[in-house]
Amino acid sequence: MKSAHIKHLYNRVGFGITPKEIARLSKKSKKNVIKELFDSSKSTTEVLINLSFLKNYTNKDYKIPEKRMEIQKLSRKKITAFSTAWFNRLKNPSETLREKMTLFWTNHFVCDSNRILFIQNYNNVLRKNALGNFGDFTKTVSKEAAMLNYLNNKQNKKKSPNENFARELMELFMLGQDQYTEKDIKESARAFTGYNHNFIGEFSKKIRHHDANEKTFFGKNGNFNGDDIIDIILQQKQCARFISEKIYTYFVNENINKKHIDKMVKVFYKNYNIEELMRFVLLSKWFYDDENIGTKIKSPIELLVGINTIVPYKIEKSKQIILLQRLLGQMLMSPPNVAGWKTGRNWIDSNTIVTRLRLASVLLNNEEIAYSEKGNEETIITNFNKRKLRKNVFIKVSANWSSFENNFKNFENKELVHQIITTKLNSGTAEMLDRNQKLSKRDFAVQLMSLPEYQLC
Amino acid sequence: MQHVTIENNKNIHMKRRDFLKQSTFASGMFFVPQFLKAFGNSPNKAFSNKKVVIIQLKGGNDGLNTVVPFNNDIYYQQRNNIAIKQNDLFKISDEVGLHKSLQPLHKLYDKGFLSIINNVGYPNPNLSHFRATDIWQTASGSNEYLQNGWIGRYLDHTKGNPYSAIEVDESLSLMMKGKIQNGLAITDPKLFYNSMRAPFFNNVVANYKDAHLNEHNLGYLYNTMIDAKSSAKHIHEKVSTKDTSAEYPKNLFGKQLKTIAQFINSGLETQVYYAGLSGFDTHANQTNTQAKLLKKYAESMEVFVEDLQKNNTFDDVLILTFSEFGRRVKQNESKGTDHGAANNVFVMGKKLKQQGLYNNLPNLGDLDKNGNLKYEIDFREIYATILDKWLEVDDVAILNKSFSKLNFV
Repeated sequence: MKSAHIKHLYNRVGFGITPKEIARLSKKSKKNVIKELFDSSKSTTEVLINLSFLKNYTNKDYKIPEKRMEIQKLSRKKITAFSTAWFNRLKNPSETLREKMTLFWTNHFVCDSNRILFIQNYNNVLRKNALGNFGDFTKTVSKEAAMLNYLNNKQNKKKSPNENFARELMELFMLGQDQYTEKDIKESARAFTGYNHNFIGEFSKKIRHHDANEKTFFGKNGNFNGDDIIDIILQQKQCARFISEKIYTYFVNENINKKHIDKMVKVFYKNYNIEELMRFVLLSKWFYDDENIGTKIKSPIELLVGINTIVPYKIEKSKQIILLQRLLGQMLMSPPNVAGWKTGRNWIDSNTIVTRLRLASVLLNNEEIAYSEKGNEETIITNFNKRKLRKNVFIKVSANWSSFENNFKNFENKELVHQIITTKLNSGTAEMLDRNQKLSKRDFAVQLMSLPEYQLC
Repeated sequence: MQHVTIENNKNIHMKRRDFLKQSTFASGMFFVPQFLKAFGNSPNKAFSNKKVVIIQLKGGNDGLNTVVPFNNDIYYQQRNNIAIKQNDLFKISDEVGLHKSLQPLHKLYDKGFLSIINNVGYPNPNLSHFRATDIWQTASGSNEYLQNGWIGRYLDHTKGNPYSAIEVDESLSLMMKGKIQNGLAITDPKLFYNSMRAPFFNNVVANYKDAHLNEHNLGYLYNTMIDAKSSAKHIHEKVSTKDTSAEYPKNLFGKQLKTIAQFINSGLETQVYYAGLSGFDTHANQTNTQAKLLKKYAESMEVFVEDLQKNNTFDDVLILTFSEFGRRVKQNESKGTDHGAANNVFVMGKKLKQQGLYNNLPNLGDLDKNGNLKYEIDFREIYATILDKWLEVDDVAILNKSFSKLNFV
């Protein structure tokens, strides 16, 4: 397989690749490179942190305000710990494709919770189903405690339906806007009534709150439950199209090519097998077309983790990992809302572009970073006296430069450019880089990672 | 066939690029570093010095519990747990009271600085936060998808600079993005300036040569960088660093308004400011949440208006407060309300033509098929009025359509 194509593949389904790995894979055929990619993601390694503190509490404690506060406080700390564990996983994935897909689904089945147990389970549900069957995946998500809370389906009862989940199920998870009527929402909300969970987050259905009567949904009548509703939606070809377009946008190109999508729909609609769909995309010729290479604006996580692929680093304080994610506009554990992060050019504005261009220096050259305090509205109010609204900090990082030296030892500065940058350089920038050939290899690498060009993959 | 099309495109690109290079050359700009857009000398001052501050109550504020019809039986029937009691509001007419959390606005109301426009919406309302927000931000119809915002198009139309429209937030909303020009997202002007003074940035922008068109992502990245740097410099030079004496509430919303006041009072040429307060999506246990948020809103607004008045800048400022939708008339069983449709909009200013209630409260006996309020005034009529009568620009060119004008300014 061509080196440039291997690089492209790993930029999109991973977080970049080292020259050493490229050299190894380039001896294989495209078919075998992709086979290896899928084989290495066969199993699922969950991200799990120590939650033994929960053993000290029972359901009853949740009803005592002081106890509840105590649990919430501990839970918040654990969410930071989980966020760190997940970030570290992304930096050292055992199943590369699966982790990238998990990140994709995080921005599809968007969910947020301050209960660590629920959100840890949820995150691992995304991981386990990342390459599975989309229908089963959606049904599982609909019964997860974190989701039942996030979209108020827990409050969805026969006597008083709450439409929040039913609406987002169709608008954001399965069909897209304007593909259903308000009546479809009302009827399907009835089918999801009575969904609930117990203290440890296991799904339970409260029969007396479930509306078992007949519903009319997408022209069909029946005593549908939630799973039935999902099955009926899966029968709509639009569902296969909606997911195909989303995958195409994320992995291939934000500019949709209808011909490619039509082919994807054909593959996906058959059985909604995500792995088969991904295999089809990655084996297609068009995935490696020039117009699809080096044109995607990296997400903040792709940027942060991509630098780590070149120079492995370790940020000492969990809070500083989260701070960087916030300044770049993507905190792993805090999506902006149920529609998730807006991608592509939406990542870039006058603030984030500056942070992005400075990121390599901040991480690898110990440069100071300034930011305005934001975070949670409430914490600001309560801690106002203790905190300033503006801060300057150094991010405490240890960078593993010897790994970089080892991986890139065969390259002069000039060749380094095309190892680190995927897109064509702006001619003025290329001239500037030519003038800077005498810099040390390290400095030159940092410079490359500080360019607007490096924002693309 | 396809091949030919690509070739043609290339030719167009080349020509445009050559044209850009040549015109730079011919105008004698060649020796000026290209990255320094000299905003200070820009002759683009044919427009009024009027300003608009737009505030979004994000999540869908329950307008019916904000501007309350306290004599209406239907209101109390539909909302037996969450209706606002007469003691919990201050009355502005025999039928209408405002939520007590809005008490800080009472003085402004008495002075005639507040106009409340009821029943604002649009045909076939969309009940999704994101879609409804997009509709409000792009000024589109409910079945129309626009990729740029109405303020962005205002920037395009007036050939504005990036800082002609500033969102006081860490990221830029669709509303502020035009086809050609985007507005600016800033939280802290000093921080913004300092973070861009690094020599490396000078190098990157100084060496930027290709006239990358905005259509390419790389061109977009470079242009955003250059705009940010030039704007940061301009704002830094223009905005006085002395702190205001006004005591803003110590929360994010207060801080946003403080920054806006600082810009306005320094005479920055910015014409549109955008800030927001989130948390209004009250599906459950609405009462306390909404009371807290409205309080936060009103307290900051009071200080803001006072601050502007003290600096004699309030005359030229119009403040618009909206929410992407109102909420359902009938409460739900979780002591909250679900997504609704038409809602009220607040307009604040010194020279309002119609003060107090602009029109009648909604008819609670005449709801749409989802049990939501029907709209009477299209929100784009408000935009058209602001563009035409306040900013004095061609509203039809910006809104892509003609809307009738209202009489609040």
